[in-house]
Amino acid sequence: MNELVLTILTMCVLGVVLAVILYFVAQKFKVEEDPRIDDVEGMLPGANCGGCGFAGCRAMAEAMVHSDDLSTLYCPVGGAETMRSAAAYLGKSAPEKGPQVATLLCGGSCSKRPKINHYDGAKSCAVVNTLYTGETACIFGCLGYGDCVHSCQFGALTMNPETGLVEVDADKCTACGACVKACPKQLIELRKKWPKNRAVYVACRSKSRGAVVIKACKAGCIGCGKCVKVCPFGAISLENNLAYIDSEKCKLCRKCVNECPTGAIHLINMEPLPKEAKEAKPSAAATSKSEVKTESANKE
Amino acid sequence: MRTFPIGGIHPSDEKAWSKDKAIEVMELPDEVAIQMTQHIGAPATPIVAKGDKVLTGQLIGEAAGFVSANIHSPISGTVTNVEIFPDGQGIRRQMVIIKREGDEWVESIDRSKEIKRECTLSPFEIINKIKSAGVVGMGGATFPTHVKLSIPDGQKAEILIINGVECEPYLTSDYRTMLERGEELLVGVEILMRALSVERAVIGIENNKPDAVAHLNKLIVGGNYRGISVMPLKMRYPQGGEKQLIAAVTGRQVPPPPALPISVGAVVCNASSAVAVYEAVQKNKPLIERVVTITGKNLMHTHNYLVRFGTSYKNFIEHAGGLPEGDVKILNGGPMMGRAVVELSAPLLKGCSGITIVSGREAVRRKEGTCIKCAKCVAACPMGLEPYLLAKLAQNKMWDRAEEHNTVECIECGCCSYTCPSNLPLLDHIRIGKQNVMANIRARAIKK
Repeated sequence: MNELVLTILTMCVLGVVLAVILYFVAQKFKVEEDPRIDDVEGMLPGANCGGCGFAGCRAMAEAMVHSDDLSTLYCPVGGAETMRSAAAYLGKSAPEKGPQVATLLCGGSCSKRPKINHYDGAKSCAVVNTLYTGETACIFGCLGYGDCVHSCQFGALTMNPETGLVEVDADKCTACGACVKACPKQLIELRKKWPKNRAVYVACRSKSRGAVVIKACKAGCIGCGKCVKVCPFGAISLENNLAYIDSEKCKLCRKCVNECPTGAIHLINMEPLPKEAKEAKPSAAATSKSEVKTESANKE
Repeated sequence: MRTFPIGGIHPSDEKAWSKDKAIEVMELPDEVAIQMTQHIGAPATPIVAKGDKVLTGQLIGEAAGFVSANIHSPISGTVTNVEIFPDGQGIRRQMVIIKREGDEWVESIDRSKEIKRECTLSPFEIINKIKSAGVVGMGGATFPTHVKLSIPDGQKAEILIINGVECEPYLTSDYRTMLERGEELLVGVEILMRALSVERAVIGIENNKPDAVAHLNKLIVGGNYRGISVMPLKMRYPQGGEKQLIAAVTGRQVPPPPALPISVGAVVCNASSAVAVYEAVQKNKPLIERVVTITGKNLMHTHNYLVRFGTSYKNFIEHAGGLPEGDVKILNGGPMMGRAVVELSAPLLKGCSGITIVSGREAVRRKEGTCIKCAKCVAACPMGLEPYLLAKLAQNKMWDRAEEHNTVECIECGCCSYTCPSNLPLLDHIRIGKQNVMANIRARAIKK
């Protein structure tokens, strides 16, 4: 009995002594951390996608708490709303930036861009890109092995086996930019996101001369410049035989779509302007309800 | 018999298809496209314009920098275009298009057949002549020869190794060159020895070419070539790799990059390049043609042709008897290191030692499995790397760890992919890892 009491007593004394030591050690090596970091991290989406340029949401939260100027920081997944609430909590001003969506700038589907050779190696765009220029004659086009699809954490990208091109689900896309980095041909761009996921863009990145483009792909931009002339907002520029629509300047008037001879300008979730009524007001025409993807080339 | 110490594989050599075909001179093409990047290093700068008349052997592309090579016109005629065209892999490159008119040569070129052995030039003059003739390593890597011969200060070459290994299956262009132009080769070796001031040269030849060994031995004894010897090597792929050949011949290991072969006192030069050196120094003839093998299991006629550079693949293949029926894979080079050609209008280059035609059925890749960690690739890697790990690191984009595991040492020989029982495309992934790691290293160097 005596031994038992002695053992229990020893353990208790030992516990108390160690607790006291631990208390002083904890005081000595205490890590001072801003409690706001935890709060800001809670406000962020917690996707840890790296779209902001930091290793994860916690790193982003630390950066937001420690920097005085939030203008260089932006969470593409949470968007303007998250940034606003986090900034309000921290008493700083949030950067104003509209929502964006990833867009594939290639319209060379299987029917438009015939294959000229057969590739049988590793199914990865990066591997194909180290070996040669791809199965079609276009050296700028989508390779179709879906490195971007694998890179997407939100399941927003899918490969359409019929067209051989990647499709973006604009509702799921958070514009984190992982696919932009994954594409070895730099075909994916983050563009301004319109209501109802409407979009007008040049689905081509070919800098080849028109004659070369036409041989390789029926849906490529040949650099004719017709769209540049017709654009009332100066949103379209032509460089290296390639037209580009600045999504910040574009007002979705769709005049360029009817002008394009190859159908390289894609119109998404909108009806094209009727051919005769080119002068129709953009606001009136923009009320169409079409939910189906409409490639202007199919309509012509 | 000697060979390199670690790794390697034994693919069937398949040389029998074309090894008994004597070198034929291919008729001159009507039009050539001369690519300005036929070598490792900076692309040459074209110095001709549309409408210019050029002679055979005239300089048309000037080396841009030290690691670069001159490019000469392989035919005489008129320049019709200087433009960007796709090469064999479809990549856009600058090319000079020349339409042939007759066959007029630059006057200073000695076109006689007789062997001119005497050479009294100084090493500096020899290297200058090689540089102006645009000679590059003709085994495939196309490293400019004058750069190899310019030994950095403080280092000294002890041995010259001539690469007559031709370990790549199917190809026989170096073999035919050694048999038919042995005398020129040996004079070329003498000149190279003079340029490097070395006493000893070894010609490494694999033992599947015993007649080349015997023939060169006979010539060495008959011509009293001092310091040159022939070393038969045990057949094993990739013996023709520079570091593997040095290890096989001298037993010395070249340290990892950035060390060069000269750090163990060796300089390696391809057999065909030695012949080109002879022609450049003794005959003033620039590098405008080479022996190209066209071979394949189901090809009716295999050949070894002496072809002018710039001849299109299409023209060359049609001249050799056309393609067999059905799907084919056309390889620029052999089946191990060769690259598939997708653009047949592209021109033949200085580094093209052969065209291998593989039938569609043979070329099909077997279905990929999963890595079973059998470590066959580790045993096969001639650089002592761990290919399964490097491939995985590259797939997961772990560049830092890939760098720790020396991915940049990979010589892209393809032994790992060849030996993998799960048919994994290991090399394809490692190549991406290597590119990214090299880019990181370069970026760091610039930052510093």
